[in-house]
Amino acid sequence: MDVFLQQLVNGISLGSIYALVALGYTMVYGIIKLINFAHCDIYMIGAYIGYFCMTFLGLGFLPSLLVAMLGCMVLGVLIEKIAYKPLRNAARISLLITAIGMSLFLEYGTMFFVTAKLRTYPALEGLMAKSFTVGGVMITMQQVVIVLTTVVLMLGLQYIVKYTRAGKAMRAVSMDKDAAELMGIDVNNTISVTFAIGSALAGAAGVLVGVYYNTINPLMGAVPGLKAFVAAVFGGIGLIPGAMVGGYVIGIIEVLVMGAGYSTYRDAVVFAILILILILKPAGLLGKNVGEKV
Amino acid sequence: MKNKKTLTTLALMLGVYALGHILILTGVINDYSFAVLATTGINIILATSLNLVTGFTGQFSLGHAGFMSIGAYVCAIITQRVEGTVGFVLGVLAGASAAALVGVLVGLPTLRLRGDYLAIATLGMAEIIRVLFLNMEITNGAAGLSFLPRFVDWNWLFLLTAGTLVLLSNFLHSSPGRACISVREDEIAAESMGINTTKYKVTAFSMGAFFAGVAGAMYASYFYFLKPDLFNFNKSIDILVIVVLGGMGSLSGSVIAAVLLQLISTWLSAFPELRMVIYSLMLVAIMLFRPQGLLGSTEVTELLSAKLPQLFGGKGGQKKEEGV
Repeated sequence: MDVFLQQLVNGISLGSIYALVALGYTMVYGIIKLINFAHCDIYMIGAYIGYFCMTFLGLGFLPSLLVAMLGCMVLGVLIEKIAYKPLRNAARISLLITAIGMSLFLEYGTMFFVTAKLRTYPALEGLMAKSFTVGGVMITMQQVVIVLTTVVLMLGLQYIVKYTRAGKAMRAVSMDKDAAELMGIDVNNTISVTFAIGSALAGAAGVLVGVYYNTINPLMGAVPGLKAFVAAVFGGIGLIPGAMVGGYVIGIIEVLVMGAGYSTYRDAVVFAILILILILKPAGLLGKNVGEKV
Repeated sequence: MKNKKTLTTLALMLGVYALGHILILTGVINDYSFAVLATTGINIILATSLNLVTGFTGQFSLGHAGFMSIGAYVCAIITQRVEGTVGFVLGVLAGASAAALVGVLVGLPTLRLRGDYLAIATLGMAEIIRVLFLNMEITNGAAGLSFLPRFVDWNWLFLLTAGTLVLLSNFLHSSPGRACISVREDEIAAESMGINTTKYKVTAFSMGAFFAGVAGAMYASYFYFLKPDLFNFNKSIDILVIVVLGGMGSLSGSVIAAVLLQLISTWLSAFPELRMVIYSLMLVAIMLFRPQGLLGSTEVTELLSAKLPQLFGGKGGQKKEEGV
């Protein structure tokens, strides 16, 4: 039982990171129907910004997190303006290829500038390095910080989406772009806001992953990005609560499969569950099936 | 008209074959350039077969590398056990059939999904296949199979590549092929005209898988070495990039894009650090300036039969309708 609870704690930490990244995928998909392949590389850039802040500027965890979020926010908006906006009316597949191109550019551009070698996050000190045991389950302070940060960010996101003008505009555009435009909503602006928020969350996830697993490299985004995307589809793509649920479910399943001694099969299990969900409930766990109109 | 076209195609193919043969005999194509040529041929097969699924039938697949890996591993395992050309022929057939079989099995449940959902399901399928190969005894896990016998020479390369193109082109001009295209244009309209859309989607999907298996078998029989990571998500993406770049629904577009990308990447191998950076920027730039791909959904033969006569002042332009 203890082992199971321990795995559950680890799964929740990993799931938090997936959930943060999945939110960006799901928000962008909800608003322009694009699988933003570059999103996982924004997460990687976030990890690097955090690394440089902590190592070379000597900033603490919180300031580094904020700088990384801000940096990723700017990067996300820039990518949208340069690479995606000109293709707003083109076929969706061209947009997808552009996103793949941007993803490769970010990965190999980063590799060119900072080289491919692994970087190690500085060791944590003081309170952050502590851990404690509750009923036989060891919880590290890092895990607490990860979950706390995630919860705070998600509450913030819920507030923005539910109660602010920008959030209402986002929901309106994802529901019906043309109608939203007719109601006086600046669609381009709203799409930029969506990219900004999603990228900031990915940046935060990058710093958290750096703190949790210590090492980062330019290709670190690819596999977690794919799984975060799976998480978004799992919960129901385009739905913010779906991404949160999906992230945690995928994280926990993955850790449990690893804990059961099948680490080499963990990706296969995640994808098998995804295919099963898609076949049984194509719109995802929380999604509604919408009938097709002729 | 029809005969004339067939003869022209045949003459063109024989010409390409002879040219390749002469260049190899005279040493203009050395071992290195032949490797580039072999990769191009394999990519042409992969891209045209994915184009059948994604470009012509409109089913968005992100798992083509999975089918390729099945063909590669099955062929490699057979050629290791059965010696000589018999083993190779057997390997190609078995590999391709195995891939097609998996295509049917995966396609039947998942092809009910539309658009991006299908893409994600196929992506998941390819990843599962890769993980299975990573864990199987007979495929030697992550270390992979090495010292595989080499069979692919210019004759085989040409035969299999040209054969795939001819078969795919003939299929697309047949009644089932046109049914596939109608599924892309409007699935509901096709269904109400009495077309069994599921049947044609699965047909196109398993045919695509079959030729991806052929390409995989060729890969295994040329490059000596296989490991599961060769067939990861990025490989599927590479194939999709060729298809979209050449134009969805244009076989000749896929061929041109495969050759073009191979030339670019050969040229870029002179700058190893910047190779992928330049490649990715080019990709974005091409998509921004030509979102429909190089040829859109027209074939090069259509373009030529429409444009050439105008250039020479003839009146051949209207032949187009009966030509295609």
